[in-house]
Amino acid sequence: MGVFDHLARRIADRPVNVSRRGFLAGTGALVLATTLPLRPARGQTAAADAPAVTAYLELRPDGTALLRSPFIEGGQGIFTAMAQIVGEELDLAPENFSVEIAPPGEPFAIMGGFRLTGGSMSTRTGYPVMRQLGAAARAMLVEAAARSWGVAAEELVTEPGEVIHKDSGRRAAYGDLAAAAMDLPVPAGVALKDPADFRWIGSAVPRLDVRAKSTGRQNYAIDVAVEGMLLAALRHAPRLGLTPAAVTNLQEIEAMRGVHSVHLLDGAVAVVAEKFWQARRAIDAAEIDWTEGEAKWPMPADFSSAGFRDSLATAEGEVVEVEAAGDAAGQLAAAETVIEAVYDAPYVVHGQLEPPSATARFNADGTLDLWMPCQAPEMFQNAAAGAAGLEPAQVIVHQQVLGGFFGRHFLYATANPFPQAIALARAVGRPVKLIWTREEDFLRDAPRPLGLARFRGSVGPNGPEALQIEVVGEGPTQRWYNAPPGQDPSATEGISGKTYAIPNKHIGQIFQANPAVIGYWRSVGHSMHDFMYEGFLDELAAAGGLDPYEMRLSMLSGSERHRSLLERVAELAGGWKQGPFEAADGSTRARGVAMASPFGSEVAVIAEVSIDAGEAKVHDIWVAIDPGQVVNPSTVEAQVQSAVALGTSQTLVEELVYENGEPVARNFDMYPILRPDQMPRVHTAIVGSGAAMGGVGEPGLPAVGPAIVNAVAVLTGQRIRSLPLSKYDLG
Amino acid sequence: MQLTINGATHDVDVEPDTPLLWVIREELGLTGTKYGCGIAQCGACTVLVDGVATRSCVTPADSVEGQEIRTIETVEETEVGRRVVAAWVENEVAQCGYCQSGQVLAATALLTETPNPSDDDIDGAMTNLCRCGTYNKIRAAVRSVAEG
Repeated sequence: MGVFDHLARRIADRPVNVSRRGFLAGTGALVLATTLPLRPARGQTAAADAPAVTAYLELRPDGTALLRSPFIEGGQGIFTAMAQIVGEELDLAPENFSVEIAPPGEPFAIMGGFRLTGGSMSTRTGYPVMRQLGAAARAMLVEAAARSWGVAAEELVTEPGEVIHKDSGRRAAYGDLAAAAMDLPVPAGVALKDPADFRWIGSAVPRLDVRAKSTGRQNYAIDVAVEGMLLAALRHAPRLGLTPAAVTNLQEIEAMRGVHSVHLLDGAVAVVAEKFWQARRAIDAAEIDWTEGEAKWPMPADFSSAGFRDSLATAEGEVVEVEAAGDAAGQLAAAETVIEAVYDAPYVVHGQLEPPSATARFNADGTLDLWMPCQAPEMFQNAAAGAAGLEPAQVIVHQQVLGGFFGRHFLYATANPFPQAIALARAVGRPVKLIWTREEDFLRDAPRPLGLARFRGSVGPNGPEALQIEVVGEGPTQRWYNAPPGQDPSATEGISGKTYAIPNKHIGQIFQANPAVIGYWRSVGHSMHDFMYEGFLDELAAAGGLDPYEMRLSMLSGSERHRSLLERVAELAGGWKQGPFEAADGSTRARGVAMASPFGSEVAVIAEVSIDAGEAKVHDIWVAIDPGQVVNPSTVEAQVQSAVALGTSQTLVEELVYENGEPVARNFDMYPILRPDQMPRVHTAIVGSGAAMGGVGEPGLPAVGPAIVNAVAVLTGQRIRSLPLSKYDLG
Repeated sequence: MQLTINGATHDVDVEPDTPLLWVIREELGLTGTKYGCGIAQCGACTVLVDGVATRSCVTPADSVEGQEIRTIETVEETEVGRRVVAAWVENEVAQCGYCQSGQVLAATALLTETPNPSDDDIDGAMTNLCRCGTYNKIRAAVRSVAEG
């Protein structure tokens, strides 16, 4: 997600401003705010106009702290990481924090200004800001104590939660100093801690939310209750572009128990009722005539994913250069043997277990409250204002903790329920909570695009000599942010941006519009392109009679960071061996290896696989991950587990098939996701190389698939170039 | 109809075939039980019916009249439930947490019936889906309860 990487660097480089929240003076608490000025990449505006995200730190008289995080929690552990970082500089133990989501910031929208939780960039972008926030608060508490005791601030030290004057033995709890600290000016440029003195950053601080999430007490958007609300269920047109003409059994539906009203929306019919189940029962009974309507991206009635895949395989068009070195074309023309292959990966749904929902309430003062899952609150606020005919400042977005996201809750026209909830709340004059059933989520999700790449390569005695790749298709960053072909990392990343030294290479994109409404899926372009590239690399190794691990090592001689990471994963796995070999349980197994460079981090993976009744069984995944610097190793390990699960899932079983313009699967019965008994053991080595901090949420995913597929090729002699593996009988 | 949920008897006025899930969420206002798929595939809606892990999204309310229904909100009222929750916290199982109510109840049912489950027992009982992929930590937490 290169656009976000770029943004992350911009934020990290910016000075941080911390200010006191004057309007909260007199509450006995120390309240600090900091702003992350996020500006459009071009056209810098005056600072006063810059959209800002406000992150509040409130230190209360009881010594606990409330932190309003700019980043949303959806399972990745970001609330804990934020508390850890602020707590480190504040010198307050993370367990004394409660963390909430910061509301959309002021001033609001100018074009291009946004924040989001995604791109594996929360920790790396929040890190400098949160440290400054904690450091400023600590300095003010120290100063308050110094003034109270009539001593110099330099004579004071802190221990977690208190200020201490060692000479006199006096101590004061932070909570008792908070009110006095609030009256002090906010210091600028407070010195940060020496990382060597870190107490919590770099440690496995326990998650703050595990107990609530183990006892059913964590609420999500779907659990929101608003006084006087009605519940809504809907059915979308079977394909985008159709819209309801009539509900032919309208009277019957209106007479069903609990039904308040039936509504023809743009591309959908909704039932509003006293209870959700009543609305659901009624919409299921509705008989709807659909007719051609208006849509920005109408789905062709004859669209099929198989047909689209074939059209990408043969597509002609301008090859926009993304990356080039040497003379790939010349080298391939002169090569004795050219290896050619076409790789593809299917549409996949996000499949977050919490179905999408939105609750809308119009207020007497003309404002609109919205409760919903979202990864980019200011963008949703602007879009909601447009949908409601209001100013953004009149829309109050209550972001909710996410029941999984994986890219599902970005702003995707046609994939977010809130415009429909707004329309329904306005129509009925009461608050409305709209829940999409799982079936509607499958129908209107913005899936990871089906992708395809065409490879040509040659190999010599020491490794690949030339590589020519055409990536054919469209990336989500072009669809949603107008990134042109060749400048849309989401369309090529994982094929572009690889680290291996290949003397002659040419990587280009042939743009082909994707008829489906496509979106970001965990690790985005990497989620499929690294599979393609690393698979083809193994094909070149096989053609050259080279060991795939040794060949990769030799291609990394220019980068000690990558070479040592690859060696580290082999060491973790007890040494590299490709197999096939017999395991202790009598099964025949093999290993595959792959690497990826996603979201500012570096990853090497080895997979051990056997074939059982024609299906691949993944026994072990070894992951060496180098995010440069680590805030919480326990979180990193959990995110690697999670990324391995999703990577294994999409490699083994996931595929959203379209026929006749419609997805065939509408729920998890026809679209399996990884089951508990399919989960491999995961062994993780976290390498903190000291390089610039990279992401953690997504990087563990991309190299999993190719490592599995490369092992399958060793076992079966069959080179899989199209996912998922469940399409094949591997017996 | 009358339903016995978390030790109390509730008079509920719903269509007899209303799924137990929606009775629990909408009539009783207990939101710890989650809607995930509605077709008994994911297990986010798992509750205990006479101690048996049951997918409430496909369980008609009138089919469980007279039976003891327990939801995540009272899981810690039994010794096994308490230990399972403690193990979930200790192992930091949860990520997004949406499936974990169901996972905790499935584990509670398993460990109440089979205090020392084999791997096959765990595979057979712990079938709820988790999109965050917490499966290895779930298994570790179940084992830690079994090993006491």
